[in-house]
Amino acid sequence: MATYLEFIQQNEERDGVRFSWNVWPSSRLEATRMVVPLACLLTPLKERLDLPPVQYEPVLCSRPTCKAVLNPLCQVDYRAKLWACNFCFQRNQFPPAYAGISEVNQPAELMPQFSTIEYIVQRGSPTPLIFLYVVDTCLEEEDLQALKESLQMSLSLLPPDALVGLITFGRMVQVHELSCEGISKSYVFRGTKDLTAKQIQDMLGLTRQDLCKHRNNHLFLAVCNSCRFLQPVHKIDMNLTDLLGELQRDPWPVTQGKRPLRSTGVALSIAVGLLEGTFPNTGARVMLFTGGPPTQGPGMVVGDELKTPIRSWHDIEKDNARFMKKATKHYEVLANRTAANGHCIDIYACALDQTGLLEMKCCANLTGGHMVMGDSFNTSLFKQTFQRVFSKDFNGQFRMAFGATLEVKTSRELKISGAIGPCVSLNAKGPCVSESELGIGGTCQWKICSLDPSSTLAIYFEVVNQHNAPIPQGGRGAVQFVSQYQHSSTQRRIRVTTIARNWADAQSQLQHIEAAFDQEAAAVLMARLGVYRAESEEGPDVLRWLDRQLIRLCQKFGQYNKDDPNSFRLSDSFSLYPQFMFHLRRSPFLQVFNNSPDESSYYRHHFARQDLTQSLIMIQPILYSYSFSGPPEPVLLDSSSILADRILLMDTFFQIVIYLGETIAQWQKAGYQDMPEYENFRHLLQAPLDDAQEILQTRFPMPRYINTEHGSSQARFLLSKVNPSQTHNNLYAWGQESGSPILTDDVSLQVFMDHLKKLAVSSAS
Amino acid sequence: MSVNQQAHTGLPYGQPQPGYQGYQQSGYGGQQMPAVHHSQYGAYNGPMPGYQQPAPPPGYFPSLGFPSKGSPVCLNSDTPILAPNFIGALRAPPPSGAPPPTSGAPVPAGQPVYSQFGQGDVQNGIGASAVQMQRPSASQPFIPGTAPTPVSQPATFQQYGPPPTSAQQLTNHMAGMQIGTSSSAPPPAGLGYGSSTSVPSASGSFTATGSGHYTPYSSSQGPPPVNVSHGLPPTSLSPNLSLGQPAFSGPPMSAQHPPQASGFVSPPCSTGIGPSSYPSTTGAPRPSTMQGSPLPGHALTGLPTSQPNHVSSPPPHPAMSGPPPGPPVLGLQGPPPPTHPSPSGYQMQQNGSFGQVRGPQPNYGGSYPGTPNYGSQPAPPPPPKRLDPDSIPSPIQVIEDDRNNRGSEPFITGVRGQVPPLVTTNFLVKDQGNASPRYIRCTSYNIPCTSDMAKQSQVPLAAVIKPLATLPTDETPPYLVDHGEPGPIRCNRCKAYMCPFMQFIEGGRRFQCCFCSCVTEVPPHYFQHLDHTGRRVDFYDRPELSLGSYEFLATASYCKNNKFPNPPAFIFMIDVSYNAVKSGLVRLICEELKSLLDYLPREGSIEESAIRVGFVTYNKVLHFYNVKSSLAQPQMMVVSDVADMFVPLLDGFLVNVNESRTVIVSLLDQIPEMFADTRETETVFAPVIQAGMEALKAAECAGKLFIFHTSLPIAEAPGKLKNRDDRKLINTDKEKTLFQPQTSFYSNLAKDCVAQGCCVDLFLFPNQYLDVATLGVVPYQTGGSIYKYAYFQLETDQERFLNDLRRDVQKEVGFDAVMRVRTSTGIRATDFFGAFYMSNTTDVELAGLDCDKTITVEFKHDDKLSEDSGALLQCALLYTSCAGQRRLRIHNLSLNCCTQLADLYRNCETDTLINYLAKFAYRGVLNNPVKTVRDTLINQCAQILACYRKNCASPSSAGQLILPECMKLLPVYLNCVLKSDVLQPGADVTTDDRAYIRQLVSSMDVAETNVFFYPRLLPLSKVDIDSDTLPAAIRNSEERLSKGDLYLLENGLNIFVWVGVNVQQSLIQNLFGVSSFSSISSTLSTLPVLENSFSKRVRSIIDMFQSQRSRYMKLIIVKQEDKLEMLFKHFLVEDKSMSGGASYVDFLCHMHKEIRQLLS
Repeated sequence: MATYLEFIQQNEERDGVRFSWNVWPSSRLEATRMVVPLACLLTPLKERLDLPPVQYEPVLCSRPTCKAVLNPLCQVDYRAKLWACNFCFQRNQFPPAYAGISEVNQPAELMPQFSTIEYIVQRGSPTPLIFLYVVDTCLEEEDLQALKESLQMSLSLLPPDALVGLITFGRMVQVHELSCEGISKSYVFRGTKDLTAKQIQDMLGLTRQDLCKHRNNHLFLAVCNSCRFLQPVHKIDMNLTDLLGELQRDPWPVTQGKRPLRSTGVALSIAVGLLEGTFPNTGARVMLFTGGPPTQGPGMVVGDELKTPIRSWHDIEKDNARFMKKATKHYEVLANRTAANGHCIDIYACALDQTGLLEMKCCANLTGGHMVMGDSFNTSLFKQTFQRVFSKDFNGQFRMAFGATLEVKTSRELKISGAIGPCVSLNAKGPCVSESELGIGGTCQWKICSLDPSSTLAIYFEVVNQHNAPIPQGGRGAVQFVSQYQHSSTQRRIRVTTIARNWADAQSQLQHIEAAFDQEAAAVLMARLGVYRAESEEGPDVLRWLDRQLIRLCQKFGQYNKDDPNSFRLSDSFSLYPQFMFHLRRSPFLQVFNNSPDESSYYRHHFARQDLTQSLIMIQPILYSYSFSGPPEPVLLDSSSILADRILLMDTFFQIVIYLGETIAQWQKAGYQDMPEYENFRHLLQAPLDDAQEILQTRFPMPRYINTEHGSSQARFLLSKVNPSQTHNNLYAWGQESGSPILTDDVSLQVFMDHLKKLAVSSAS
Repeated sequence: MSVNQQAHTGLPYGQPQPGYQGYQQSGYGGQQMPAVHHSQYGAYNGPMPGYQQPAPPPGYFPSLGFPSKGSPVCLNSDTPILAPNFIGALRAPPPSGAPPPTSGAPVPAGQPVYSQFGQGDVQNGIGASAVQMQRPSASQPFIPGTAPTPVSQPATFQQYGPPPTSAQQLTNHMAGMQIGTSSSAPPPAGLGYGSSTSVPSASGSFTATGSGHYTPYSSSQGPPPVNVSHGLPPTSLSPNLSLGQPAFSGPPMSAQHPPQASGFVSPPCSTGIGPSSYPSTTGAPRPSTMQGSPLPGHALTGLPTSQPNHVSSPPPHPAMSGPPPGPPVLGLQGPPPPTHPSPSGYQMQQNGSFGQVRGPQPNYGGSYPGTPNYGSQPAPPPPPKRLDPDSIPSPIQVIEDDRNNRGSEPFITGVRGQVPPLVTTNFLVKDQGNASPRYIRCTSYNIPCTSDMAKQSQVPLAAVIKPLATLPTDETPPYLVDHGEPGPIRCNRCKAYMCPFMQFIEGGRRFQCCFCSCVTEVPPHYFQHLDHTGRRVDFYDRPELSLGSYEFLATASYCKNNKFPNPPAFIFMIDVSYNAVKSGLVRLICEELKSLLDYLPREGSIEESAIRVGFVTYNKVLHFYNVKSSLAQPQMMVVSDVADMFVPLLDGFLVNVNESRTVIVSLLDQIPEMFADTRETETVFAPVIQAGMEALKAAECAGKLFIFHTSLPIAEAPGKLKNRDDRKLINTDKEKTLFQPQTSFYSNLAKDCVAQGCCVDLFLFPNQYLDVATLGVVPYQTGGSIYKYAYFQLETDQERFLNDLRRDVQKEVGFDAVMRVRTSTGIRATDFFGAFYMSNTTDVELAGLDCDKTITVEFKHDDKLSEDSGALLQCALLYTSCAGQRRLRIHNLSLNCCTQLADLYRNCETDTLINYLAKFAYRGVLNNPVKTVRDTLINQCAQILACYRKNCASPSSAGQLILPECMKLLPVYLNCVLKSDVLQPGADVTTDDRAYIRQLVSSMDVAETNVFFYPRLLPLSKVDIDSDTLPAAIRNSEERLSKGDLYLLENGLNIFVWVGVNVQQSLIQNLFGVSSFSSISSTLSTLPVLENSFSKRVRSIIDMFQSQRSRYMKLIIVKQEDKLEMLFKHFLVEDKSMSGGASYVDFLCHMHKEIRQLLS
């Protein structure tokens, strides 16, 4: 058997699953002593080049409470044409189609390499994708122009049969009718009044007849015709292009000292209501483009007086954000409705100031929508990010899926505590649902309204096997993930992943368990828990909780002599974990200092949905060094890495920072790179740029790209991330020959570790 | 009736003569016949009871009979009834008859004649008798002497009409009334100016006789009264005036009328109807009185003479009475002299009417209306007190006289308290310090000095103000005065504006306010020296010092928020629900707007209108349109949230027409297409107004909404209405709810609209009830107009609608206006009627005010006035012109004050009075049962007339009805008001119609109410094809229509062309282009354009009428005996109406009774 590292990697590539523990403690008590819960990161739509979907329906366990899907772990009796469910042990007859089954003629789902398999099922009529643009017109002329161009461009990226709709808003909300000739027509709503879905549908003239038609005849085309607001792209792209072209800034005068009146809340409400009334349970994206905070009506985040600034963390702590609770409530209600309808909401917020993402975050969080934050629509950050929403995979399919439900099934020793990710609970109780909740719990099914190949959920389990009921040697626990979703090609698909891990007795086989610890996954899973808690708890409490968990983990798995910090050692499989925790504690996910509430929401949003690699980058940014002394190399995220003759490239996921050391910067100013004889310098300068481009090309959302140098203000992005091993406090102790001091009172990793050791070995705790 | 009219209009003289003759004859006949009469009476009596109700007319006839009573009368009356119509013929006979009158002989002859003449004869006969009778009656003493007269009267009553007593009385009264009026007329003439007093006396006498005796007579006398009514004024007057009047009256009548018209209008004459008594006592005498009634005679020279006559005459009368000859003689006299003839003509008519009356009585039901009047006229004569018979209470005559007498000279406004010519008269106004009557008309130009007097007289003091009235092209519009930065010069205390009546003192350094007497410094920049008369030397250079009407340029302080206003905007809001689309209305409007937008009102010489336009369509949601010039295509914005209306766009909604023309045209092209397939039938209404108002608010300007609406707004929205039409409520205490809005929502909305200067014009195209009472609230309170096209059909109503729309869009209009009326200390404006909103008790707020809107203001005393200083009115209107200029329009008017009631009665204007009374009543129905309102009206008028009778008329029999000259038409007109659809709806009048009319009338000016209540009826066959003059109108009675003629009737809302069954085929061919009567289509909405002079002329007359009215009138072709004729008959207001409205004669009787009750 290969190393655990290889095993882990292989599993991830095949199944999109990373467990914190790859050998599972066999009793509940032991499991709780492991500190890091048994959990996994699941990427339901992980791109698998080698996974051709099969064109038939999955075979299900016949036990009504189980309905697990036939998988390679099942015991099959080829003679009797029976298979035993590996979750409930029910024996099932194969369906008639499987009559020809034999050891040598196995269906794909029985082959071990198909632990993950995708079925294409024919259910219902295909429903076109729906894209509903909700566009803020209270923008600067430049911004609006850029946004209009982006939107026009996007039309060419949409599948031709996709339905598009346009809602614009400012002081009023306009729902544009797209089917009309000659005269452009829109329905206008007051931005200050919340309307029920029914009112909206009445006002838009989406009468009951239309709905009936839809439900009874499944004639979506009929609905399309009756619904004047959502039209196939191929029919109206010229119209819509013109319409977008003629889009004007909100005409209502904004007097000095005022913010423009922006009815984001109502606009979203109408968008949601429109889709709710026309295409419930059909894949649809509401794409909100906003250039500022909602300033009126339900969901308003700040008043229109410029002299009253938008809430800050300080205000929130002081309970001084008067609109926050109401607004949050408004958007939560909307988000839940949207999720219930299987639609998703993207938020593209581009403004220099905050735009109310804090209040609106749930819209994206609960529905699996994107959240993008930028300074302006006229930046490549927005433009490329937006373009990337419509990127396609190697099959030429959009990297997006809709209306997914994820069901998790476990073998008896396990139960499900909950999930953290862009999902909502479907409140499906079952035998495998645990009573203790972590994240969104109390269910074994979640709805994920929008998915892309990198969407990753953290799923937490509880070992329920009692200590006194040992599992026989070689017993394996199994988990099956069943995701049903609407593929971007409008097919319904079901992806089934079944995994199994060995049980081990933690008392006798702790080393196995220890060795099978996936510290990266564990770090991310713990971080998700921490971030999840941070949404509802005070920051310091969360940190304290994290610290305690870390200390307990060290106590459990460290090797040390009591009360002797110097004797403390961690095995390889745990060695990086404290460092992750150190950076996590400093990260914007848990620290709100220096971040606006919007930024915090934005960071947390992405943290809760990215896959493991990206999450790790978020926790602990990657730092590369470029110098004449050798090829580019990763270096410690430490202030000591900041040297005058280096170029540093830092990737924090949200930012790409290229930092020129002092000397390099001077050389560059002197223009050496332009001199033929210093071509190598030019290459050196170019190298990080190229690498950065590479990252930029693949990352969603586009990171903020920062090109800076020693001493420049933008260098703060780098300085705030590195471990402050050198500060003004210990500057002299470390000498001046290397590194760059950070002006901070934050503790450095060294100090952190020292404390950790001390506490871990302390007999007092 | 018709006879009378014809006589009047026609010229009378010739005709009159015949009349005279006729009268005399009749009179004679009457005298001779008495016995017969009696018998007849008996018969009458029988009918009488029945009469009373419908019967007033009948009653009258009887009265007519009275005169004849003596004898022929009755007979005569019968025949006469018909006769009236025949007038012509009758007259002809009369001529022959005439002789008879001269010679007592006529009597006998008369009888035969009568028979021959039929009605006509009778009339004559009656007239004659009546005259005589009257005379006696007029002089009460006589009466007794001759007949039982006063005392006897009752007796007589019993005798004659015991059975009919009450009824008879009524009729008698009526007769008396009429007579009174006629008498009134005379006074003018006779009284001329000086002799107003005499007039009263005359009147007095009439009434006395009329009342007392009549009752008895009524049965028999009835007739006389009838006569009175028609010719009342003249006839009665004459009787009243002079005992000997007969003679006078006869002749004067005709003569008088004209004179009266000219100068006398003011002097009220009263005519008493004495006949009643006569009849009772002696039929013969009465007849004679009747002749006397010919009051006509009075008018002219008669006055003095007549009066004396009266005085003396009474005695004679008795004698006379005994012998009809007396009267006859008079009558005779009449005929001979040319002047006489005319009067006689009247008399004739009267007589004729009598005759008719009689006829009617017998015939009763049928012919009444017309006849009664006639009868009444004769009646007056009976009371031949002194007098100059002048006026005849025929509206046509009064109008014609005024036109003839006052139409030729310009009306110069320099003199205080001058009564202007009637609204029906074309005259030129020269502003020399008082506002033109086109701007202000008053009920009285002589105001009682004290409130006691005012209360006593009960004459309402009101001014009908039309601040933005359009002037004829030959009159100068008000000058615009700019006093620069400091703004207009005003009194420091009462804030009155500088006007010609301000008195400059201290060498011009100060001025004393003519309203409150406060002394104010003249600002240095305005200082000017005074000349030796104390007048500023720049008097003629400054309009505000020398003219009655002018405008000031307002400064910023006169504007909202001290900001000069933006130019106003017009917003067209079109119903695009199923009905509107299907009827083709939407397309029609859109097509029309394309061209109409080029004719937005603009100021003076400015080439392009400053007015911006916007468009909205709606059904149960609203569609706004962005028509910004920079757009390639219009944009439509739908607002479905009607519960909470707002305007979805700012820029591009209101645009300059020329800049956005292509976009607008494109829009108007597309609107009909867009909604061509609509199936939406529900509409909203309040949100539409809200939207318009919000749009104006957003644009910070005033403006006007043109709303084209088709149905009851039942869609879920604020201001949603339900169908609450319930005809069962009519004539119950709850009837008023039909006029009240369903909800207060619209009133509040109106308030908001007014605050924004948002005027609403509403065009309604209902196919069923849509609650005009509620929908109209906002238009009404914002100074807008409502146009209603029931069962709109493109083919027939298109032209009317388009013309209305064009006129409405193009007419001069002011926005965001505030009007305030200041008065001299002593009186105060206390009540206001019209389309506006008032938030306090003094300021009339008008979101919009156009050139047709009129506001009636009532004044009350709060102190004493002095005769020396008179009373001044200053109406100041602050408004925003169509170019967005803020201006003040000032109208000043000075009135006289009097300490004698007679002066008041001599300077009244009945048309204006009716305008006020109608508005007062129409407002009253909102809060009171209709019956109460009607009773109040009658009561007030009775009090007015009773007061006159008591205080101004010379003493006379209580049985006489004596009317002031200036108010001799009051009963006719009042009756028309009482019979109007609002106050007495017919079965075919919808609730919406009533509400519509109610609101319409509330902002009508005097000319409009005049023709609305008493329609103009022209005989088309008398049209002179070669000249521009119109044929004389005829009175509104079916009696006057000839089967062989075509008539044109207009009332300001409709034009009827009535075609008699026997009309010459050539006329039909010429006018309709068809060959026969039966091929005339009654669905025509215009006359075919035919190339013959008759057609051209008729069409040009119609066009002229159309141009005179603020609304395009619907043309309806009515064929005689066709079903539409019912509709037409509704407008023959002197007849008894289908809905129970009294005929003129009946009503006059009733009034007389009321007055008598007040007097006793």
